[in-house]
Amino acid sequence: MTTTPTSVAPAAQLTPRQVARRRRAQSARRTWASFRSHKSGLFGLGLLLFFVAIALLAPLLASSEGLEVTKATGGVLEPPSAEYPLGTDENGRSILTLLMWGARISLFVGLLATLISMIIGTLIGLASGFFEGWPARVLFRVTEWFLVIPFVPLAIVLATVLGRSLINIVIVVGVTGWASTAMLIRSQTLSIKERPYVERARVLGAGRWHQMSRHVLPNVMPMVFANTTLTVALAILAETTLSFLGLGDPTRVSWGTMLEDAFAVGAMTTGAWWYIVPPGVCVVLVVLAFTLVGQALEEVFNPRLRER
Amino acid sequence: MTEFAAAGHSVSEAVAEQEAGSGKRKSYGRYVLGKVLGSLGSLFFVMVVGFFLFRVLPGDPARTLGRGRFKTPEQLEAFRAQYGLDQPLPLQFLTYLKTTFTGDMAESLRYRVPVSDLIIDRLWPTLLLVGISTVLATIIGVYLGVISAWNRGKPVDKITTGSTLTLYSMPEWWLGLLLIAAFAVGAGPLPGIFPTGGLHSVDAVPGTVGYVLDTALHLVLPILTLVLVYLADFSLIMRSSLLDELGEDYLTTARAKGLRDVVVRRRHAVRNAMLPTTTLIALSIGFVVSGAITVETVFSIPGLGLLATEALTIPDYPVLQGTFLITSAAVILANLAANLIYGLLDPRVRT
Repeated sequence: MTTTPTSVAPAAQLTPRQVARRRRAQSARRTWASFRSHKSGLFGLGLLLFFVAIALLAPLLASSEGLEVTKATGGVLEPPSAEYPLGTDENGRSILTLLMWGARISLFVGLLATLISMIIGTLIGLASGFFEGWPARVLFRVTEWFLVIPFVPLAIVLATVLGRSLINIVIVVGVTGWASTAMLIRSQTLSIKERPYVERARVLGAGRWHQMSRHVLPNVMPMVFANTTLTVALAILAETTLSFLGLGDPTRVSWGTMLEDAFAVGAMTTGAWWYIVPPGVCVVLVVLAFTLVGQALEEVFNPRLRER
Repeated sequence: MTEFAAAGHSVSEAVAEQEAGSGKRKSYGRYVLGKVLGSLGSLFFVMVVGFFLFRVLPGDPARTLGRGRFKTPEQLEAFRAQYGLDQPLPLQFLTYLKTTFTGDMAESLRYRVPVSDLIIDRLWPTLLLVGISTVLATIIGVYLGVISAWNRGKPVDKITTGSTLTLYSMPEWWLGLLLIAAFAVGAGPLPGIFPTGGLHSVDAVPGTVGYVLDTALHLVLPILTLVLVYLADFSLIMRSSLLDELGEDYLTTARAKGLRDVVVRRRHAVRNAMLPTTTLIALSIGFVVSGAITVETVFSIPGLGLLATEALTIPDYPVLQGTFLITSAAVILANLAANLIYGLLDPRVRT
């Protein structure tokens, strides 16, 4: 992502900060233009905005009273009707209301867990790529171990030990999901470390901290950003699976806990498809949206991928 | 739920980087030694995590393991003495190592039998499920990936990529639920032809041909579920590795020699693209095991997964610890095997 010399031509009249700001705005515009050429990425972005809007507007679209079992108005597992567009659950609550409120929890858990795994993954990836000697080797081993270990057994062990709550689910998903990010960051760091500008900085006497924070990190960041969107997709899937296994917060409604309840009342054998299909479709759409946006971003930020 | 499908290229970059690294090439023996030592390290790490998660995090293990069943201090003391919890932590760890390796694990809180017995009992259904599904998903997934990458941008590619991405976004157990509703219960015009769950019918007699067929019939839907979700993973991985190879000069050379397109694809491009794919598929075994756990729950197949999810409700800590150890160890060993085979296939990684 180099800047063409013409763009900074009137630099004589501008302060360095203005130049930097202008350059940044230009690079953002270029990124957007490149992203716009990915149809699937745009589709994903649209889908994502739709679900985010639903999650944010849930209190306006459907009163939270619809979540309380004691105030439920519908019958048991009623099929879709004019009053309940997606039918009701075993407690007589509207599935549509549950879906809209469930979007909040599912997205919240997905985003927060991703934040945790991004921070752990970036730190460990940078450290194991930048440093040499045994600490880097140990970090690399630990990353490899986390990469290989089956997620569900580790997560259910962690979740049972910590107890059932929303924040614990976030911690479990975040702590088990950072390894692939760390691997990606490590391989990027290894290649950036050898580039001439880092060598120049080193020769000029820059310390490790300066090299890492001023040269390596800014160059790794775009990949981190693209990887983040892909990780959110996986975090949402993980939350759904853990909630389905009964490890979610019993007091909150998420798409995963809805499916857990649907499975518990045997909705798929009694033909109550409106209880099984909509929450799953929401999960698929949101995960797909994050994956599409992530892939488009990866191609935007990684020129090697764009060529092909 | 594989994390590498999407980030696939990055790992292939890492592999390439290793290849380009130090020029010294080790013998296969030293490569094997390194990989075995690495796996032993991972196994040890699994043991440590398995130990400390249950002993250190929750505070007093006697309380957690007993789940409030102990009313008097004497009962607590007796429990601690029985499980050796009154000894210092390093000694406890040694005892734990010893009992795990001799197969003399703790007793299940629910079944009142040693966890190792339960695990041996439940191992085969899971192995069957994971084994068949991994093989089928790999073959079909790689094939679809090749077709899709070779016809990049054409309708075939668009349809394949679209449907694999959708399958990739699904929780595997949800797909299982849908398949149960469609093919086991029967929805609309579809008759329910498959059993809704379990591994055998109650009236099947072990040791007969009918018994084997009955088991096979019970396994169709669970295996279909796992294969559909993981072939999506593997196909996306294969597509991206093959796309990496498409611009390479050796393909131009092969075409210039006058080789037919099919031959260029099969003998040149796919062979090279298979190398990073093998690594990534090996890494995904852990995810297939995870998927099997949830799918077993949905189809009530009496394997390790159902054992673990049933243990959750109590919660039966010794069983959870045991299933965690055995599944992790199995995945580490499967990876070791894949790495050793890979070392034979591609001498470049032995650097």
